[in-house]
Amino acid sequence: MPGSILLVIAYACVVVFVAAIAHRALKIARLPMHLRWELYPVAHEKGRSRYGGSYLEESDWWTKPRSMSLLGELKVMIPEILLLEGVWEHNRPHWFRTFPFHFGLYVLAGLITILLVGGVAVGAGASVSADATLVGKGLYHLTYVVGYLGLGLGLLGTLALLARRTFDPEYREYTKRADFFNLAFFAATFAVALLAHGGADPDFAGLRAFFARLVTFNFSSAAAVPWATGLEIVLASLLLAYVPLTHMSHFFTKWFMYHDIRWSDEPNLAGGKIERQVGTALNYPVSWSAAHIRGDGKKTWAEVATSDVEEDKQ
Amino acid sequence: MTKKRIAVKDIAKPSAKLTELRKEDFKPLPAPFDTPESTPDFAPLGDKAREQYEASLDDTLAVSIPKPKNKQEEDELVAKFLSGLQKLFTKENNWTFLQPLLLSMDHCATCHTCSDACHIYEASGRNPVYRPGYRSEVFRRLYKKYVKSKGGLLQAWRDGEIELNWTTVARLAELAYRCNLCRRCAQTCPIGVDNGLIGHEIRKLLSQEMGIAPKELHESGSVLQLKVGSSTGMNDTVVKDNIEFIDEEVSEKTGLEIHTPWDKEGADILLVHNAGEILSWPMNPGAFAVIFESAGVSWTMSSDLAGYDSVNYGVWYDDAQFARVAVKHAEIAKKLKVKKIVLGECGHAHKALTVIADRVLTGELNVPRESSMVTLENLIMSGRIKVDPDRNDFPVTLHDPCNLVRLMGVVEPQRRILRRIAPRFREMEPHGVHNYCCGGGSGFAIMSGHNFGDWRAQVAGRKKVEQILNAFQDELDPSIKKYVCAPCSNCKGQLRDLFNYYDLWEKHSILYDGLVELIVNCMTNVEPGFIEWEMH
Repeated sequence: MPGSILLVIAYACVVVFVAAIAHRALKIARLPMHLRWELYPVAHEKGRSRYGGSYLEESDWWTKPRSMSLLGELKVMIPEILLLEGVWEHNRPHWFRTFPFHFGLYVLAGLITILLVGGVAVGAGASVSADATLVGKGLYHLTYVVGYLGLGLGLLGTLALLARRTFDPEYREYTKRADFFNLAFFAATFAVALLAHGGADPDFAGLRAFFARLVTFNFSSAAAVPWATGLEIVLASLLLAYVPLTHMSHFFTKWFMYHDIRWSDEPNLAGGKIERQVGTALNYPVSWSAAHIRGDGKKTWAEVATSDVEEDKQ
Repeated sequence: MTKKRIAVKDIAKPSAKLTELRKEDFKPLPAPFDTPESTPDFAPLGDKAREQYEASLDDTLAVSIPKPKNKQEEDELVAKFLSGLQKLFTKENNWTFLQPLLLSMDHCATCHTCSDACHIYEASGRNPVYRPGYRSEVFRRLYKKYVKSKGGLLQAWRDGEIELNWTTVARLAELAYRCNLCRRCAQTCPIGVDNGLIGHEIRKLLSQEMGIAPKELHESGSVLQLKVGSSTGMNDTVVKDNIEFIDEEVSEKTGLEIHTPWDKEGADILLVHNAGEILSWPMNPGAFAVIFESAGVSWTMSSDLAGYDSVNYGVWYDDAQFARVAVKHAEIAKKLKVKKIVLGECGHAHKALTVIADRVLTGELNVPRESSMVTLENLIMSGRIKVDPDRNDFPVTLHDPCNLVRLMGVVEPQRRILRRIAPRFREMEPHGVHNYCCGGGSGFAIMSGHNFGDWRAQVAGRKKVEQILNAFQDELDPSIKKYVCAPCSNCKGQLRDLFNYYDLWEKHSILYDGLVELIVNCMTNVEPGFIEWEMH
């Protein structure tokens, strides 16, 4: 498969991946401030998060400084993201399927990092092989160990999820055809990658060489890539571009769901930013048409909130 | 077992009912309620109700929507639903919850991790329609088909099939009222999807666009409160008379001279009760008065419109009604120039005014609000109230109101008080922020039309009965009087109904009441025996 085409596909997919994340994140961030809807435990409540308490437990809390802990947030987020602690606790049978899938993806993210480092090293003329210096040798062995681990876990988890969504009626009912496609897409990518490395590129050297050309923008020496490795690159690139366009974008929107909603307990203090935002929102026009509101698209929320119920006049 | 498979798209298929409720499917309760004959039968929904109202979801009715007269009326209602659906996703009409709603719409992985967290789903014997994700998935598919895209084959392939017709709307409306909005399911979601919020938003769409809401919440609830002053129907004259009577009662019981201050400008505290306490549990406001007067607190109650009733039912179904009541409460506090509002024992009033209204009240209306749990802890721990815990030498457990605990983070003050005043205090399991709803949350406690009271007792409240029985499992002997402390008026309403339904007082001497009654019961400056050991 021509290496230059693979490079173009890979660059294009990376651009879509970054642009999709940026677009969606900006769209979410620009939504208007909402009413408080936090859910306890709130992880940054210093000294209280272990039992779910809040600063509202303090007498005259508005006169006292808030005590927040970034460490507290990390103590929740790290096991939640890396180990899927919530699923482990509340849905153990599903954890045995979804954990290998997700952890496999994390390991593969690690593989991409290792390949990028290896690519930079190769691009700079260093050797990454079994005969190289300690660092080059370490990188060489680490690449295939991480690669096979990530691909193996990913494939195992994907097949387990696919089986559950196919054969378990409770899951099948909620699984859309697109969900089956998504899982099949992951499974195909992992399977092709394993086949590619099991055959033509067992030590991932071919893939590293592609990454070297990728990081150096080297189209000139773009040699042909074995078809299996080429297919692996195409599938993985397309998957990378596809994921943030779907509900699987929860890998980054989760940040908003935790920080902007579940843990968003910042009080509205006089003269503060929140008060200004509330002022803006209260001036939005209302068009709800029930008799007790009768929004005409001109009346504002502030006017509705300070008006009487007039439904009997309609 | 009714393990009939019910697909998401089945909600649109006309039939007599989408699912049926059978007592034998319900999760068994612990002994001595572990046999079918030990609990009452589930009362069927009457034929007249079925003829008159849209009752095709299950075997009960909460909203009671009259059946449209003809196809044209049905179509008009569906069109109205659709217009409300569009509005719900605009920043102008729903800035209040747009971001959380969109995130919950777009990111559910349908992993079902939330399912077993739901007490209604569990108690029903895992009825597929009560799965927290079922309602959400119906609504999500409608949103994706009618708001996010223009439908089509690709859309159905991506988002799943759903049809919008009157059957869908009528069933979804009832289904929005088969959830207590306790958000226990949201706690378990690894992504952060909130099925409780989705239920809340469906209710809002129905109310704000279609004018559909349970009568108890709207017409006899927030509308009455804004017109007369209280959802109980009490006006200022009646409430003052009632409080005067309560003052006399508690003065007689405690041996103290109690006078509740009214409309005292410049007081430190404006105390606002759920007015239901004044009528149904008068010793609760009485006990507050005893504590505040004994501690020399500068406080007042307000006789202004809505100033003596902290309820804010809008928080369960309607942003406009919610904001109107919250603004009224804040205006009264501002007028009286109090330093802070203290909320009595009412969970949803706590959350409504302290947390949710925090981003509605600005400028001088942003009067500080504090939980009475905190105020009471301060009075007891500082020694301003002297207590003798030996007067409370009976088993006590604590019911955590969801609004106060999971949704507001006020967890420990009431516990620290109980550890101080109740030597035989024990926790329910689970408790604190992981508690189970009493089954009366989100307005259910005041809704008993048709056979909905039976549904509340048999399904929504089942888990709480199980928890209470387990908490006292070694002391179920009726010779031992036991106390469930429930510092929330709506929870008490539900516990009263549950205790009556299962005869918990008659059979096991389990009583429920608030926290302040327990405090006054052990105050050293009052006559002993404040708690009335009889079902009320």
